[in-house]
Amino acid sequence: MADETFDDSHVVVSSEAAADSQASLSAEIEAVHRSYQDGLAGGAAQETQPRIDFAPYRSSVLRHPTKDLHHADPETIELWSPAFGHRDVHELESDLTIQHNGEPLGERLEVRGRVLDGDGHPVRGQLVEIWQANSAGRYIHKRDQHPAPIDPNFTGAGRCITGADGSYEFTTIKPGPYPWKNHYNAWRPAHIHFSIFGTDFTQRMITQMYFPGDPLFALDPIYQSITDQKARDLLVARYDHDITTHEWATGYNWDIVLSGSNRTWMEDEDAE
Amino acid sequence: MPEQTGTEATRTIPKLPATPGQTIGPFFEYALPYAKDGELVPQARPGALRLHGTVYDGQGDPIPDALLEIWQADEDGTIVQEPGSLVRDGYTFTGWGRESVDNTGSYTFTTLNPGATKPGSAPFIAVVVFARGLLNKLHTRVYLPEDTAALAQDPVLSALPEDRRDTLIATRESSGDLLWDIRLQGPGETVFLSFAEA
Ligand SMILES: [Fe+2]
Repeated sequence: MADETFDDSHVVVSSEAAADSQASLSAEIEAVHRSYQDGLAGGAAQETQPRIDFAPYRSSVLRHPTKDLHHADPETIELWSPAFGHRDVHELESDLTIQHNGEPLGERLEVRGRVLDGDGHPVRGQLVEIWQANSAGRYIHKRDQHPAPIDPNFTGAGRCITGADGSYEFTTIKPGPYPWKNHYNAWRPAHIHFSIFGTDFTQRMITQMYFPGDPLFALDPIYQSITDQKARDLLVARYDHDITTHEWATGYNWDIVLSGSNRTWMEDEDAE
Repeated sequence: MPEQTGTEATRTIPKLPATPGQTIGPFFEYALPYAKDGELVPQARPGALRLHGTVYDGQGDPIPDALLEIWQADEDGTIVQEPGSLVRDGYTFTGWGRESVDNTGSYTFTTLNPGATKPGSAPFIAVVVFARGLLNKLHTRVYLPEDTAALAQDPVLSALPEDRRDTLIATRESSGDLLWDIRLQGPGETVFLSFAEA
């Protein structure tokens, strides 16, 4: 079984968690969401990020800070990001279907979108990295024990550098859902992991892109750690028939918006 | 140093809702690490030092599946904007590096002491932490221990109680290396930062 709690790690809850049913896990998620809704009704702020203290995701219990984040003004280095370029990333690295001698199994996909800052300005020339399971829900990772086939033609890792309009594009196959050990009969909705840089290091983020209408959404404590439905929806790509190509691949669109940049955006920033 | 194009006065209010983060999960190891990812400089370069430590959970157990990134100025305090972090040539200092911890939760970067980016300011390295079980990224800083006057005046450190302040200051070893542990939870919990946006 795909192992999100390593057998050799010290996750105190893993043995009891194995006994938790989906129903009791879902009830825990619902309770957190209900109290969030009550808070909203009482005037609390809308949440835009996952809770880091979210017990239904068992591995989070001992791995979240219990003290409030210390509010700071970003300084110097934090207002810049490392520079990446085509010296770092080859153009072909954005095609996950050509890394081996044959074609990987599964539905071929184009995933396309833009990386934007909070004001809607494109994040240009920055690094985007992705990784994902194969079409059977199996990762090329020594600790993934899910008894689903490895695809010799699919590794599942890619990179690209965003264009002048902040655009990125990957060719891949649709990842399968996979089981994990959070609770009994736990399954992750199909997803692609994304790692993104902005113009400021404060914008650095890692997230997961999901596919529309996944029946596992309601059951998944990682996705549901985002208590706000509108915020959760932002992680779901949109099927886009204009990206779909004739007799080749289906297309999805997913834009990524980073927290607001502290830099003033200049029209000619990359003019050189 | 590139020209500073933003100040606190010119901050803009976000108009688009930010995309939420999610955990890095357990299966990043084959995708994100790469050759020399944590070697910002070759070990043999004059001034090269080790920034190392261990990442711990709330029970004091090492976390074997965390990923750290550092981002820093060079020894003169210059913020570098050079590509080449992913394909290191051994000569270009890019200021950025990545390390996934080992089975014992330990990490090692090979880097340089960062210089002060403003006259009189306390030199620090920006750090971002990702881990399985951690639902979103965490930002923090590791400061050099030497310039105690600058540390005392640092706006982030001086706003913290002393015992918490120490979690952001590395220990200088006799070898010249920097030792700095990260505790995600519990006694000695590292100070993590949220940044003003508007
Ligand atoms: Fe995953």
